[in-house]
Amino acid sequence: MTNDEGMADLRHETAEMRAMIRVVLPHHLRSLARVDGEVTLEVLGPATQRSVLDALEARYPMLRGTIRDHVTRTRRPFLRFFACEQDLSHEDPDAPLPDPVAMGEEPYLIVGAMAGG
Amino acid sequence: MSRIRLLVGTRKGAFVLTSDGTRKQWEVSGPHFGGWEMYHLKASPADPNRLYASQTSSWFGQVIQRSDDGGKTWTPPGTKPEDLMGPDGTPKGESNMFVYDSSAETGKPLTTHQWYDGTQRPWEFKRVWHLEPSPTDPDTVYAGVEDAAIFKSMDGGRTWKELAGLREAKGSLWQPGAGGMCLHTILLDRNHPGRIFVAISAAGVFRSDDGGKTWRPANQGLKSQYELPDPDAEVGHCVHRIAMHPSRPNVLFMQKHWDVMRSDDAGESWHEISGNLPTDFGFPIDVHAHEPNTVYVIPIKSDSEHYPPDGKLRVYRSRSGGNEWEALTNGLPQRECYVNVLRDAMAVDSLDPCGLYFGTTGGQVYASADAGDHWTPIVRDLPAVLSVEAQTLP
Repeated sequence: MTNDEGMADLRHETAEMRAMIRVVLPHHLRSLARVDGEVTLEVLGPATQRSVLDALEARYPMLRGTIRDHVTRTRRPFLRFFACEQDLSHEDPDAPLPDPVAMGEEPYLIVGAMAGG
Repeated sequence: MSRIRLLVGTRKGAFVLTSDGTRKQWEVSGPHFGGWEMYHLKASPADPNRLYASQTSSWFGQVIQRSDDGGKTWTPPGTKPEDLMGPDGTPKGESNMFVYDSSAETGKPLTTHQWYDGTQRPWEFKRVWHLEPSPTDPDTVYAGVEDAAIFKSMDGGRTWKELAGLREAKGSLWQPGAGGMCLHTILLDRNHPGRIFVAISAAGVFRSDDGGKTWRPANQGLKSQYELPDPDAEVGHCVHRIAMHPSRPNVLFMQKHWDVMRSDDAGESWHEISGNLPTDFGFPIDVHAHEPNTVYVIPIKSDSEHYPPDGKLRVYRSRSGGNEWEALTNGLPQRECYVNVLRDAMAVDSLDPCGLYFGTTGGQVYASADAGDHWTPIVRDLPAVLSVEAQTLP
């Protein structure tokens, strides 16, 4: 294998591990991040809740600490993560996201828990 | 002509109220950060266009906002493109990162405080109650937080470091009050560099003489017979607010849960000055800008009722440094008024005559341009007011 062939393989592999993930933020976090509508994030490597949230915080650093604790990286109690009509809030953050989310067909939703009467 | 800018924090956003020096016509801008609890906004005395704000939410936690143009635009410090990358290439975004100091360098363990059931519980950050910018450096600002601690930023709010010595001042005996275990007052003594007073519900007053490295309780003379098994304990007093006139920093005034108190020796000892007040329960206390012996309180009926006595909203003024109080009622509702005025919701300007302002839980902000003799509502229908600060601008 020549060096050129090796580089081509690497490029191919990297391209395969890239996903474009659609994320829907709650109103107040859209205001904080100064975005309208949903955001699209490029995620390198497997698309998991952790990798998506890491990418989100990298793009919008003002969101750090508002979704997950700065130190423990645990979800804030009154937030929920939904996708494909499932509540993923209590799933392993390193588990793969459902295929429609990883393929960019369905969004990953960050939702403020209901409060009030 | 001078102008006045009021920074008003409410349960559902911040408002900026501005007027010329006559203080008759006001412009209202806001809500800024609509829907968020804005506990406190305060300007740097060293740069009046530098404002800091504490933005909080039960859902999304703490955010610190900063304006460098007098409140026209706001940004969480450290999130502009030039601020973003840390040494490892990752975005920092640390302006809302309030982590209690348990570092090996300082050797401070994460200590515990008393919980309602008598057990010990580790400190846990909830929110920033109060921001106190340095009188001399716009980039230096202190934050009083719940669970009670003081943090300091020296880079314009980008990063925060706890002054952890405070928790060593008998912190294991501190216990939350009904409003939480919050550090709500920070007084920086311009005449004695390094001297800081803080007040905590329900722990008391603490003083540092070395810039916040070490602290000691400053509660001698306080008596809390209805709140503490030992009425004159060294810590545990529910101090609601303390105030100081900058020209006379050894004299402190205090609104305690019950009792209005005064210290003439920089907090070494306190004596009661409630005098003829109709009730000595209340939250805010403030000092006239030009008369260090003129003090204002707003009496509230009791700790369970939290509204003015007899449905009459009255500011009380003492021109004698306490004990003799007069009711100021002109322009304030004198029937069927059942609002509260919270601890950070009263402020003075430095014009002559001195202007006085306070906000209520009913959403009114009242102003007096003559040191309290006459009052007018600037706004009547804001969300519940949490804090009011006044800026006198050239």
